[in-house]
Amino acid sequence: MSAPLQAPLVAPPERREQVAAALRARLPERAVLHDPEDTRPYECDGLAAYRQLPMIVTLPSSEAEVLAILAVCRELQVPIVPRGAGTGLSGGALPIHDGVVVSTARLNRIVKVDAHARTAIVQPGVRNLAISEAAAQYGLYYAPDPSSQIACTIGGNVAENSGGVHCLKYGLTVHNVLRVRVATIDGDVIELGGEALDAPGLDLLAVFIGSEGMLGIVLEVTVKLVPKPAAAQVIMASFDDVVTGGNAVASVIAAGIIPAGLEMMDRTSSRMVEPFVRAGYDTDAAAILLCEADGTPLEVAEEIERMTAVLQAAGASAIAVSQSEAERMRFWSGRKNAFPAAGRISPDYYCMDGTIPRKNLAQVLTGIEGMETTFGLRCANVFHAGDGNLHPLILFDANKPGEFERAEAFGAAILALCVEVGGTITGEHGVGMEKINSMCVQFGRLELDAFFAVKRAFDAPMLLNPDKAIPTPHRCAEFGKMRVSGGVLPFPDLPRF
Amino acid sequence: MIETFREQVRAAVASGTTLRVRGGGTKDWYGQSFEGEILDTREHTGIVDYEPTELVITARCGTPLAEIEAVLAEQNQMLAFEPPHFGSVTTPYATFGGAIAAGLSGPRRANSGALRDFVLGAELLDGQGELLRFGGQVMKNVAGYDVSRLLAGSLGTLGLITQASVKVLPRPFAETTLRFEMNEIDAIRKLNEWGGQPLPLSASCWHAGVLALRLSGAQAAVDAAVRALGGQVMPDCAAFWASLREQRHAFFAGDMPLWRLSLPSTTGAVVLKGEQLIEWGGAQRWLRAGSDACEAIRATAKAAGGHATLFRGGDKRVGVFQPLAPAVARIHERLKASFDPAHIFNPGRMV
Repeated sequence: MSAPLQAPLVAPPERREQVAAALRARLPERAVLHDPEDTRPYECDGLAAYRQLPMIVTLPSSEAEVLAILAVCRELQVPIVPRGAGTGLSGGALPIHDGVVVSTARLNRIVKVDAHARTAIVQPGVRNLAISEAAAQYGLYYAPDPSSQIACTIGGNVAENSGGVHCLKYGLTVHNVLRVRVATIDGDVIELGGEALDAPGLDLLAVFIGSEGMLGIVLEVTVKLVPKPAAAQVIMASFDDVVTGGNAVASVIAAGIIPAGLEMMDRTSSRMVEPFVRAGYDTDAAAILLCEADGTPLEVAEEIERMTAVLQAAGASAIAVSQSEAERMRFWSGRKNAFPAAGRISPDYYCMDGTIPRKNLAQVLTGIEGMETTFGLRCANVFHAGDGNLHPLILFDANKPGEFERAEAFGAAILALCVEVGGTITGEHGVGMEKINSMCVQFGRLELDAFFAVKRAFDAPMLLNPDKAIPTPHRCAEFGKMRVSGGVLPFPDLPRF
Repeated sequence: MIETFREQVRAAVASGTTLRVRGGGTKDWYGQSFEGEILDTREHTGIVDYEPTELVITARCGTPLAEIEAVLAEQNQMLAFEPPHFGSVTTPYATFGGAIAAGLSGPRRANSGALRDFVLGAELLDGQGELLRFGGQVMKNVAGYDVSRLLAGSLGTLGLITQASVKVLPRPFAETTLRFEMNEIDAIRKLNEWGGQPLPLSASCWHAGVLALRLSGAQAAVDAAVRALGGQVMPDCAAFWASLREQRHAFFAGDMPLWRLSLPSTTGAVVLKGEQLIEWGGAQRWLRAGSDACEAIRATAKAAGGHATLFRGGDKRVGVFQPLAPAVARIHERLKASFDPAHIFNPGRMV
């Protein structure tokens, strides 16, 4: 997605020189980049609509170098933006014009894979998939599998509490990380969690995971590895309308089954991906459901049989079961390629990430359909149906005047609807820069203040990824003014500036 | 009820007194110290929302834990973290809020996850009498810091948890327990080996030369595991696992202090004086030993990469919890100061 260009913010040259000199005094030459030619690749993450050239980029290759960067930034009061592979979709790694980016690219060592303990100790820049590849020889793998897993790093996964298509059964990052070693802004190295299943004191590990790089810099992570299931099969079921499909998901759960994967796509999505990947999707169906079982071969057979019966009773118009690993991968390929397919049929697309109580699916999809008319843009819906995480893909063309702004407004309206039905504005992509205004819709001032208090408990000088994820009262007030509707001002309790 | 709680909180702040947040009182003995005027949560009851197909239940803090479990059982669902109740003659029932605040998990923990893993949202009455809402009723939610999981196991030190939402799971289709005669070293090794295989393990317990292993899941998976693992099928296993969860098992009888060692599961046989019982695939070791052995116990746990808690009994002056690293302790103090600036909630119980 790209946005109309705005006048770039640039740090004063003397400030840049001051900070660069201080960093160069403590780091190897190649670890400090400040020429715009070198820092350009860092100007955005996966949310390319938001761009900002950083003042300086640092590439530490050791814990000591991370601590040196933190010391310089603390001393000179320079904001820091941590960055993994830059695949994030919410602008969490968006640089700050007078700030330093800390890239974990050179902290990319797998320190240890302990097959007996079923754990791996890795540096933050290790790619998600690389962990599973290293563990494969022991019949183990790292369960969370965000669609960017080939590129995204474990440090980024910790920052975002990433999920994936299997998290209904296997959990999110927070359920699969045992320990993080963290450098704080104060220059301390702390351990949260541990190699045991719990640690004394408050569960700071839980609050650190998903904190979007705002509480500390990850130095090392211990992840849990789980046995690779011996077999897996997936059912592809067609439905004549999305409501029946949504109810079928509820029926599977009600039957006491937790499928390894449970995904839904609407017709716009299946028609979008089918010419692209030829997954064999039923493009006449209003919705298709992918429903996976894994385990021992006998267990899979038992579960597939049970799920097939449930889906049939729930009104599936057609059912196909993968008969080989190749076919299973083909069924999944369409779902996994939904985002690239959107990029293929539309010059730009905007991926949203709300979560809703599944029972409200029909209401939300109907709402989105209405918004397509209101905003004059098309929207394809892919849905982690098992856990209620909806990814509407808004299709637009940034070169057409006004379309980018309409796409943003469309997205914000979808998120407001998610909150209205009891859901949340982000299930797995994070708030970052993108959804910071929508945070004012989901939370009141008291909660936002509490989040700031948590931030200050870890980062009193407020230098780590500031101005992301948690909006200030001022920002919410400004946003509130823009959203005045029907004469009712939202957030009447906010101080206004 | 919230208004009553709020008044009690504001009165405590105004008069400079402290409060001890108490549900059923079944875990009064747990933690460093438990003093102050009682803030009784037992009147604030009720299941607010339960939609079996959403796999989420929301209930007020004073709701009896047993009531929640019964409602779930009607729909063939359960709290997969199997929280201990620890009811007694004088304190007959545990509350939902107390379970969340205590953060304790039962036999299924190593395989299904801890209580904190299932917490999706919570409402907190903070030290200024303000009601805050964190998380929600959905399984995936990364908006804002995960404060609800921070509240799990916070022992009421950050405020009163008035309500919480937790994820629930279907009960397994089949469940069997196998019994093996095995020494401690072999049991630890076997448990870790089995943990690396795709087996439907759901609990383990080694004590006095006998290893009990629970298998839960699809009938086919349980049957296949029974064939592969051997051992003897144990009758009445539900009662056995309940006695373990509730610490009514003979190992827990008597007045000798009870230590809980949380260790990496692969830690070898722990050489400490006193009887031991092993759970969680090797990751939880119970030890009966005097509080005077504290130094040796703490050093052993730390050397192994874990920590030790003086769980029940003994002289608490030796310290109930393993001391925190100074930088981590500072974060605790700042969090406590922001949620409870007047330090009225359960001061000294943990932070």
